[in-house]
Amino acid sequence: MTATEAPARPNAAPEDRYYTYAYLDEQTKRMIRRAILKALAIPGYQVPFGSREMPVPYGWGTGGIQLTAAIIGRDDVYKCIDQGADDTTNAVSIRRFFATVADVATTEDTSEATIIQSRHRIPEQPLADGQIMVFQVPQPEPLRGLEPRETETRAMHAYAEYGLQYVSLYENISAYGRIAATAGYPVMIDERYLMSPSPIPKFDNPKMHMNPAILLFGAGREKRIYAVPPFTRVRSLDFEDYPFETQSWDEVCALCGANDSYLDEVVLDDKGEHMFVCSDSHYCADRREKGHAGPMAGHALAHIETEIAAEEV
Amino acid sequence: MNAPLNLAELRPGFSEPVGDSQSVFRALLTATAQPGTRVEVGKALTPPLGLNAAAAAVLLTLADQDTLVWLEPSLRGGAIESWLRFHTSCPLTDHAEEAAFAVVSHSGLAAQMLSGFNQGDAKYPDLATTVIVMVPDLEAGPNLVLEGPGIETIAEIAPQGLPDSFWSERADLVAHFQFGIDVMLCAEATLVSIPRTTRIQSKGE
Repeated sequence: MTATEAPARPNAAPEDRYYTYAYLDEQTKRMIRRAILKALAIPGYQVPFGSREMPVPYGWGTGGIQLTAAIIGRDDVYKCIDQGADDTTNAVSIRRFFATVADVATTEDTSEATIIQSRHRIPEQPLADGQIMVFQVPQPEPLRGLEPRETETRAMHAYAEYGLQYVSLYENISAYGRIAATAGYPVMIDERYLMSPSPIPKFDNPKMHMNPAILLFGAGREKRIYAVPPFTRVRSLDFEDYPFETQSWDEVCALCGANDSYLDEVVLDDKGEHMFVCSDSHYCADRREKGHAGPMAGHALAHIETEIAAEEV
Repeated sequence: MNAPLNLAELRPGFSEPVGDSQSVFRALLTATAQPGTRVEVGKALTPPLGLNAAAAAVLLTLADQDTLVWLEPSLRGGAIESWLRFHTSCPLTDHAEEAAFAVVSHSGLAAQMLSGFNQGDAKYPDLATTVIVMVPDLEAGPNLVLEGPGIETIAEIAPQGLPDSFWSERADLVAHFQFGIDVMLCAEATLVSIPRTTRIQSKGE
C-alpha cells in the first residue's frame, strides 16, 4: 500500500474488483470441492487437501476461509462468528472479505444465514435444513496429543484403534475425578471415525448429533478437510459410570437473563467485579430486543453497536 | 486415442464456468449430504450424444488435469472423449482401478464391473472411485429404500435400467466401510448421490 494507491471505484463493475470470484482460482476450488464430497461420503475421516497460502496467517481461519471460498455463491447469505460473537475483529474481517470478493449479503442473524463460518462455537439457535456450518480448525487430529506421529494416527483411524483415547479419558478420571476436557471434546461419528469437533466447548457437542445442517471442518495449516452430514450420529466419548456432561452455570446471562446459553465470564475491574454474558452475541442481542433482561441489563457493555457498512470504510 | 479435435463439431460446456460450476457443486453438496435427494444439474447443457446433462455437469464441475477419468468402452474414442479433454483437460485412463471418476451408462454395466474400481485404501479411503452411472429415469424403476447418514428417517428412489446385480455388488463392496465406491446416478438433468455409507433395500423386502 502506498500513498499513490488508486482511489476506490465504488461503481466499478464487479469483474473489475477481483481477478477471480471468491478469491481462489478455479482449479483450487475443484480440488477442495472434491475433498468436501469425499469427506461427506466418509463422515469424520480427515481428507488431505492442498491448502493454499491465504491473505491471512495460519491460525486466523485459513481452513475455514478456503472451504467457504469453494462453496460460496452470489445467492448466499454469509455469517461469521468468532467465539460466538459476530463483532470481533477476526469475524468482521472475514465477513468483509467475502462481502468484497464474493458479492454476498452478510448477516448476524443465524436463521437468515445460508453459510455460517465459525471459530469455536455453534450458535445457540438450532441450525436448519439447508444451512452449512464451516468450522475453522487448528488441529484436526483428535489423537495428536496422545500420538505425535501422523503415520501412527492414520493407522489408528484406519483400523478404528481408539483404545489410547479411552485410556486418556480414564487417566483424566483417575487424576481429576472427572473427564477434564472442556473444549475440543472428542466425538465418534456414526460409530466409526473418532473426530475432533474443533475447539468448540463441549457444551456445543450435543448440537451436532442428528442435526439438519451440513457441518464442514477445514484445517488450513494441517491441510485437512472433514465433514459431518446432516442427521448423522455424533457421540461424545464417555464411560457408563462417568457419562458425558456439558458445562452448566449457577448464573444467568447478566444482560439478557438467558439460562440456556453458553456463558463467558467478563472481568469488569480489578476488585473482582465480573459478569457472565452469552457468548453468542446475536442470540443475546435478539433476546434483549424481545424484552428479556438480566440482572445487569442496561450495563454499558449492553450497548449494541451496529457495524459500519463495508462501503463506508 | 488422440484423434485431432474437430472444433466445429465440439459441443459447448458451461456458458458461465465460474458461476455454473459453483451452483452445480452446491447441488452435488446437497445431494451427497442427503443421499436420495434429487437435484437438478446441467439443465442448460447440450452434451455430446451418449452423455446426459447431469453426468456432463458433474464432470465439468469436478474433473480437471488432476483427476484420472475412466470411460466405459462404448463411450470412448468419439465426441465424448474430445469434449471432455477440451473442456476439462482431464487425462483418461484404461485402468478402472486408478480412476478418480468413472462414467458408465446403465446399458454398459457389466457384471463385476464395480469391483474393478478403486475401493480406497485403509488409510486413504478418499482415493475410492466416484462412479457416475447414467440411467434413463430415477422414478420409473423398482423402488429402493435408503437409510444412513444424511437421511433423517428413510429416502426413496426408483432408478430405472440397472441390472439386478448392480445393487448386490455395491452392497458387497460397501459392506466393509471405510472401503467402497461412491455412486452418482444421473438421469437427464437430475442426479441422486449414493455415497458408500448409504444402506439400500428393495421395497417390500
